[in-house]
Amino acid sequence: MKTLIKFTSIVLLGMLIACGGNGEKKEKDQIKVGQKSSTEKKSEPKKQSGTEISAEDALANIGIGPIKSVDVGEGINKEMATRGEKVYNNLCTACHKMEKKFVGPSLGGVTERRSPEWIMNMIMNPEEMIKKDPIAKQLLVESNMAVMANQNVSEEDTRAILEYFREYDKTH
Amino acid sequence: MKTIQKLLLGLGAGLLLIGCGNNSKDGSSGAMASSNAEKVYVAPGEHDEFYAFLSGGYSGNLTVYGLPSGRMFKEIPVFSQFPTNGYGYSEETKAMLNTSFGFVPWGDAHHPDISQTNGELDGRWVFINENNTPRIARISLETFETEEIIEIPNSAGNHASSFVTENTEYIVAGTRFAVPNPQRDMPIDEMKGEFKGPLSFISIDQEHGHMNLDFQLNMPGFNYDLAHPGRDKSHGWFFFTSYNTEEAHSMMEVNASQNDKDFIAAVNWQKIAEYVENGGGTKVAGTYAHNTYDESTMTATTEMKEGVISVDPRNVEGAVYYMPVPKSPHGLDVDPSGQYIIGNGKLSTQLSVYSFDKMMKAIEDKDYDGDAYGIPILSFESVLEGVVDSGGLGPLHTEFDGKGYGYTTFFISSEVVKWKIGTWEVIDRLPTYYSVGHLTIPGGNSRKPFGKYMFSMNKITKDRYLPTGPELEHSAQLYDITGDKMELLLDFPTHGEPHYAAAIPAELIKSKSKKYYELEENNHKYAAKSEADTRVERNGNEVHIYATTVRSHFAPDNIEGIKVGDKVYFHITNLEQDFDVPHGFAMIGANTSEILVMPGQTKTITWEPKREGVWPFYCTDFCSALHQEMQGYVRVSAKNSNTKLRWSLDDEWKE
Repeated sequence: MKTLIKFTSIVLLGMLIACGGNGEKKEKDQIKVGQKSSTEKKSEPKKQSGTEISAEDALANIGIGPIKSVDVGEGINKEMATRGEKVYNNLCTACHKMEKKFVGPSLGGVTERRSPEWIMNMIMNPEEMIKKDPIAKQLLVESNMAVMANQNVSEEDTRAILEYFREYDKTH
Repeated sequence: MKTIQKLLLGLGAGLLLIGCGNNSKDGSSGAMASSNAEKVYVAPGEHDEFYAFLSGGYSGNLTVYGLPSGRMFKEIPVFSQFPTNGYGYSEETKAMLNTSFGFVPWGDAHHPDISQTNGELDGRWVFINENNTPRIARISLETFETEEIIEIPNSAGNHASSFVTENTEYIVAGTRFAVPNPQRDMPIDEMKGEFKGPLSFISIDQEHGHMNLDFQLNMPGFNYDLAHPGRDKSHGWFFFTSYNTEEAHSMMEVNASQNDKDFIAAVNWQKIAEYVENGGGTKVAGTYAHNTYDESTMTATTEMKEGVISVDPRNVEGAVYYMPVPKSPHGLDVDPSGQYIIGNGKLSTQLSVYSFDKMMKAIEDKDYDGDAYGIPILSFESVLEGVVDSGGLGPLHTEFDGKGYGYTTFFISSEVVKWKIGTWEVIDRLPTYYSVGHLTIPGGNSRKPFGKYMFSMNKITKDRYLPTGPELEHSAQLYDITGDKMELLLDFPTHGEPHYAAAIPAELIKSKSKKYYELEENNHKYAAKSEADTRVERNGNEVHIYATTVRSHFAPDNIEGIKVGDKVYFHITNLEQDFDVPHGFAMIGANTSEILVMPGQTKTITWEPKREGVWPFYCTDFCSALHQEMQGYVRVSAKNSNTKLRWSLDDEWKE
């Protein structure tokens, strides 16, 4: 219990710092704590986590989980993408948006940042990914320690979500 | 912590002793105690070998335990409101507690029994009766939730229940308090010959387990106390003990114990079912609620039914007989072969063992010793096979180990007695602490008992645990019954009053246990299956909030335009699709309860705001590191205000 309380306190503290950033535009905010560090944090969020992963390294990372390789091909399987969009809307949108960071990262452009295997492993094996995968670990910190939920998505549906992401990234 | 350290030390010591070759059962008591500790020790993360379902008695519920550890895993709400998860408070489950007397928030649960196929436990459902407002419930062993409750009309004191025939064809429900049937306004002291003791037979649909009140056997007005179906060779018969054959109506503890013998009713239910199927019996009045929970819509509905087929036992040739039994019997049990019927005269010292073969012969020979209200009484001597004469006082209940032995509890002398089937000799006896009622062996009332453990459920706890003021939980005791001599292994506290329990090898059900509900299969009328579906709708002064939960926020989490005097329905859908990620919902000032919503499930709770202001709601189940942030606000305006109905998440307002 104590550990939990400590942990929660740290997270709460983190939130206070993060929220401080709004202080400048809203006159009502009477608490002006740590504005300096929060501005720095906003401009260069990645430096806070300490590890820098290059874009190439990120794309080479296939993550940890059941998916060892995915053959995505060139074109888009329209039917699969449609199914993927439906599953995504049902199971993922409570935490992810395509156009903005919500609870988790914004997913627009994800196929340009991550390997298809990594994306599928993150969906299918989030518990292990956020513990062991360097990118997932970093994202967890950036997401305010909100864990990626395992939604028990089948491999077929996960592949369909990936196809939807690919379609989205090709058309946006 | 200290206890665990001690336990570990004890275990360590035990291992050392055993390591040194001290395996003798007759060793020092210290060595015995440590080897008993090992027998009940289930290491952290390991699973128990058996599930045990203990009646919660006046708690109205059913508790789930593990054996041999005696750890409690769950309390399943059945007949009582349960604020822990909102059962009986939520809009979906309120209907489960409807009766012909209106909403009854409480029940007195007694005898759980697990469904069977060919006389063996099959782990589909567990049934349990409610004594006070006669009802039978069916609980799924996949979801461990109550799926159905049927009321028993024309009955009172539903005690000789809810026992299962060997292919789960019928659940039986007896009447312990004889009553006018049909009910009518009449002088109490004119009961004799006027009251009845209907025995209800509820048929079970094998695919879904749905219960149907098939017929009631309108027996003379004695008190039908306990029952057991025939097994194997006696399959097709049901046996009931009855007391108060005196038909006394007052000062029963004296006046209902006057006759030297009362009766066991032997009922050929197959014959009666056939008679009814062919149009026999008459439809009589009887209003009863039949409540069914639909897993797909996640909603319970009540159907109020009218009328029941009543059968006069004298009209079905060769179907109903009485067998004399020493006065005021209680428990009645049938051995796994179906040959022996054990009647326990609770005021006598002996068990009376009846032979099914002898009973059939006596019926054939019309070996009668009179009749009661036209029902033949078989001659005691011609049906009695033997007696178990243990010297114990107050025999109540018997279970079997499948190895040729019966185990009977004695309430007054506070002990369990092991005896041999056939010779009726007493093999062993051990004290219980204190005043044992029922006992259970996994499958011990079926054709195939699993005779490794037996546990007694004791009525008096007194000094067995640290004192907790005048009111104590009851106590159970676990015994190893693999040897000639029984060995007491463990005490464990129980919840409410566990009259009886049913136990089953974990293997038979654990792999079927549901982990979460599939969102795609959620057909709840008010489900919001994604955040895009969340919304607020007003209909007069009714407001429906279609909300979702996920780690760790509600959508929407800001709601405005609610007014004093509204009735607000929070329909909460948990979007999680993983094992053990429930979210809770609680609203300040709600006169209902919180709800716990399982992954993929939708539940509804109502709130009637009484004061203007901005009022918070929150998640009650610690769901993630950001659980404390899982909260929201409802703005409540004056009854006649013009505040616009709108809602948001992350400041994206919708209306």
